[in-house]
Amino acid sequence: MTGELTTTTPVARGVDAPAAAPGTPGGSGGRARGARRLPPSLVVGAVLVGLVAVVGLVSLVWTPYALDDTGTGERLAGPSAAHWGGTDRLGRDLLSQLMTGAGNALVVAAASMLVAGVLGVAVGVLAGATRRWVDVTLLSGVDLLIAFPTLLLAMLIVTVRGASLSSAIWAIGISGAAVIARVTRVNVARVLREDYVTAAHAAGTGWWGVVLRHVVPNVWPTLLVQLMLLGGGAVLAEASLSYLGLGAPPPNASWGRLLQEAQSTMLVQPWGAILPGLAIVVAVLGLNLLGDGIRERTDPNLRGDR
Amino acid sequence: MRAALLRIGALLISLVLASVVVFVVLRLLPGDAAGATLGVGTTTDQLDQLRSELGTDQPVVTQYVQWLGQVVRGDLGTSFVSRLAVADLITQKLPITVPLSLSAFVLAVLVSVPLGVIAAVHRRGPVGVAVSAVSQLGVAVPVFWVGVLLVLVLALQARWLPAGGFPRTGWDDPAAAVRSLVLPVVTVAIAMSAVMVRYVRSATLDVLDQDYLRTARSLGYGRWHALARHGLRNAAVPVVSILGIELATSLLGAVVIENVFALPGLGTLLLDSVTSRDLPVVQALVLGLTAVVLIMNALVDLGQRAIDPRLRAKEVAA
Repeated sequence: MTGELTTTTPVARGVDAPAAAPGTPGGSGGRARGARRLPPSLVVGAVLVGLVAVVGLVSLVWTPYALDDTGTGERLAGPSAAHWGGTDRLGRDLLSQLMTGAGNALVVAAASMLVAGVLGVAVGVLAGATRRWVDVTLLSGVDLLIAFPTLLLAMLIVTVRGASLSSAIWAIGISGAAVIARVTRVNVARVLREDYVTAAHAAGTGWWGVVLRHVVPNVWPTLLVQLMLLGGGAVLAEASLSYLGLGAPPPNASWGRLLQEAQSTMLVQPWGAILPGLAIVVAVLGLNLLGDGIRERTDPNLRGDR
Repeated sequence: MRAALLRIGALLISLVLASVVVFVVLRLLPGDAAGATLGVGTTTDQLDQLRSELGTDQPVVTQYVQWLGQVVRGDLGTSFVSRLAVADLITQKLPITVPLSLSAFVLAVLVSVPLGVIAAVHRRGPVGVAVSAVSQLGVAVPVFWVGVLLVLVLALQARWLPAGGFPRTGWDDPAAAVRSLVLPVVTVAIAMSAVMVRYVRSATLDVLDQDYLRTARSLGYGRWHALARHGLRNAAVPVVSILGIELATSLLGAVVIENVFALPGLGTLLLDSVTSRDLPVVQALVLGLTAVVLIMNALVDLGQRAIDPRLRAKEVAA
């Protein structure tokens, strides 16, 4: 079955493979497509991502306190009416920093999804739709990149370019592009072998016609799912990098760095270490659920078996 | 046999490609080793002298061939910062990182394989649903946050275990060494289990829906008996591939987690070298860790063939 191609390769590892299992054994729901109830994961995922997005957008125009406002004094204070999340070791408002961190996480997720999407689709289509030697050459490069851990690629790039937001985005985006290229290639090649494509060719439809009419509609749901999961991975990876001090430098608020800064004082003010972690979980869980939800909604094989 | 040799050949090619990537990324992007070492305010003469010392005034291809020749002979170069041999630096750190990642891996397997199988067998029951939900949540939790929370609760508040660091005497005091590794191991194992439970569950679900299992049940085998007799070996094929990748992941998880717990292992060495732009160390560590990942992938492919005769049959047919 087609499911095998995308799932047994370790390519789509992480969050992809588990949900694929119910899909392979013939499915139980049949073709129950249509305007029925939305999958709960889609709804919950959309709400969580929406929450992060709204907070991130609001932080662009308003935060309760300015980021560098050390206020009237209380350092490492617990949550209060004036400071809902408490304050950090310099007396800065934690909630304001968390809100700005949401914006940062969104930028990283969106930008790396863009890099991965553009690069990955281009390479994947090229590999799936052209001559065999192009395919083999591109795929071996892609496989090497997939085996190359994101964190190590990021460290290489940071060593050379220095720690910055763009270094993180390039590292995460390039790693993700390899996965997207793999998925795109498998699906493009599969669609191009279908009888209806042969029929379209026979009926005189040109290459672009086939791509737009048949390939894109068949491939985009899978890609969208992969991109969402990639977004979740991007938020996690950026948090790890900035926790290690390899992310965007200080004026930018990043959840990972907030957590790292709060670690040494967490016996006094535990919220400083708890809240940034919760924020990361909300964003990543939201994107993962959104991905799962889109897959359930668009893949009829997954219906009713969860 | 032929396929196994081909797989090993492919491994060698990807190792060479990886070394090219690491080398080229570190050389060709702006800023060179000499500039990075000497920093601001140095004269061009000093730079030129250092460049000829380091060999960076040679063409890139010559540099690469020289470097690869040294690596193959076990000479990983000299650290710019500490002036020590990189191979020695790495060997010193192994007694921390290797036990950390191996025990985390073993713990994660011991937890996730039974949990995943139970979750699949009772997929609609409360246990199955709970395991799925917790692992869905666990995948979204950053590994370093798990570490920070464990430190907060078990080390700082309950004071059961040290919050970080490693005894200066190393493994001469085994009890103290083990105590300082408990929390890091649990942290990495939790993060890995969340991922692995999902794979084990889906592999088992796949098997549960197969005809041969239904046949076994109809012949009178109980659910668990049928699963043990016919299911486990089939479910093991995809799981083995994940185990291999996860063993490599546990090494990388250890790299991050060492920084949470201030353990002087490979991860701390890597981070320090990245921060101080100590190119020979970064180069050796990144290549070494990548090589471990690539070798694990190859071993997994070979292992899968050993488990599943269908994969061997396919290659005879081809």
